[in-house]
Amino acid sequence: MIITKLKPLEEILQYIESHDKILVLGCSECTHKSATDVEKEVKKVVEEIKREREKTGKFVEVLEKTLPKQCEPQYIKLLEEIKDKVDAIISLACGVGVNLIADFYPKMEVYPGVNTLFLGAKIKEGYWVEKCRACGDCIIGYTAGLCPITRCPKNMLNGPCGGAKNGICEVRKNLPCVWQQIIRRLKNRGKLERLMKIWEAKDWRSAGGEGVRELREELKVGN
Amino acid sequence: MEIKTHLQKVLESGIFAVTAEIEPPKNADPEVIREKARWLKGYVDAVNITDSPRATVKMSSLASAVILIQEGIEPVMHITCRDRNRIAIQSDLLGASALGIKNVLCLTGDYISLGNHPQAKPVFDLDSIQLLSLVKKLCEGKFFNGEEIKGKRPYFFIGAVENPFADPLEFRPIRLAKKIKAGAKFIQTQIVYNLERFKKFINLCEEMGILERVYILAGITPPKSSKMLKYMKKNKVPGIEIPDEIIKRMESAKDEKEEGINIAVEIIERVREIPGIKGVHIMAIGWESIVPEIVKRAKLCSRPEL
Repeated sequence: MIITKLKPLEEILQYIESHDKILVLGCSECTHKSATDVEKEVKKVVEEIKREREKTGKFVEVLEKTLPKQCEPQYIKLLEEIKDKVDAIISLACGVGVNLIADFYPKMEVYPGVNTLFLGAKIKEGYWVEKCRACGDCIIGYTAGLCPITRCPKNMLNGPCGGAKNGICEVRKNLPCVWQQIIRRLKNRGKLERLMKIWEAKDWRSAGGEGVRELREELKVGN
Repeated sequence: MEIKTHLQKVLESGIFAVTAEIEPPKNADPEVIREKARWLKGYVDAVNITDSPRATVKMSSLASAVILIQEGIEPVMHITCRDRNRIAIQSDLLGASALGIKNVLCLTGDYISLGNHPQAKPVFDLDSIQLLSLVKKLCEGKFFNGEEIKGKRPYFFIGAVENPFADPLEFRPIRLAKKIKAGAKFIQTQIVYNLERFKKFINLCEEMGILERVYILAGITPPKSSKMLKYMKKNKVPGIEIPDEIIKRMESAKDEKEEGINIAVEIIERVREIPGIKGVHIMAIGWESIVPEIVKRAKLCSRPEL
């Protein structure tokens, strides 16, 4: 899932300094928060903004709404009515949502209310870890399901480097060396010979090397 | 005419090679390199020049290597994958060859967050093994993309590093074999303090039959003080393993510097006995002036003129 983190309130307040009618817009489907959590987060942001602005004496009208996805035009259309009632939107969606709203409404001031952190997994309550870089050319079928592009800081394809010690990466103490994990697994499966061959340099075009990535599918006609 | 570097000739002739290492200055002063070069001249066969080690900005290895050439020393230029993509690396290699640099050492590079610009964008377009393939290909007259180099192609005696102390031990020789396959002709190892582990590694290499296919130079660092060793251990300088016995030995010595020299000389003598070790690479970082003394005491000071 997409892991996001609420921006500091001061930053959000700075964005909306000159506005007096805003919309705080939640996004519920694919972030790490449940729909209820998203609603709660929206309410929290709304309350905090109101409270802080009251302190300064600059009253602000804050509307709230949550869309299932801010990354699909069909849902963005649900903003048609509300958009003329506000002069800025604080979107709590990942960066995709914020961008799409900005694409749709060129005149609207849209601000990110969160930082989009990474694609990751929830390991336990309150702890998420990155697992995929969306590099566009998945090789984990050869590396025991573990991604060296994401999980090795040096993106090594012929690892491990000389900094791996006792299963730990040179970069920080709590980071396991993914190459040691890959080697252990392949060895146990009797497939270590897979790592004997030199892995060729990665073609980074699929990872964004050619600029904005697009996917176009042939639509079937007549179904 | 076949081109060979001096280091290559020494190794091929079966003479036990001695290389040293200079860390370029953290400023624009060529005199720093010239002075260190003068200390080392005549005592070593070639001098490595590092590429912003520990991800800390230093004068470029390419420029520093040229200064070494001006001082009459054959450089081994380090190239890491950390700061340059395949375009910049090839560009630098063409330039290095044009300026007379003939030995290169290919490394992945210490990670950015360990250095003095942790905010920088890490490159790592290639890893060290892919970098070796790149250098080999250039020497064969082809760019990394397969395009032909029209006109003069570069020549390099290609080196790589290996850390016998990194994990998993059983995979290190496999990785070394990959480096040889990719183009490495000589290997300089991480600092040897733990001789037992080093021998284990070399035995595994022998079992795999790779000792005959590459020249291995053992990494030697004279400890300047027990404080330095403790610092390296505590701060976990990547890839360096320091046994507690070495620290204790330094602490109990009357003259720590003298003991550091003794340790270095002893390790040189011990690694020299190991079949398959073709030389030593002395990394006396911040203490380069001691290299001649170590070389003399290890009875390696008559360097060949080939």
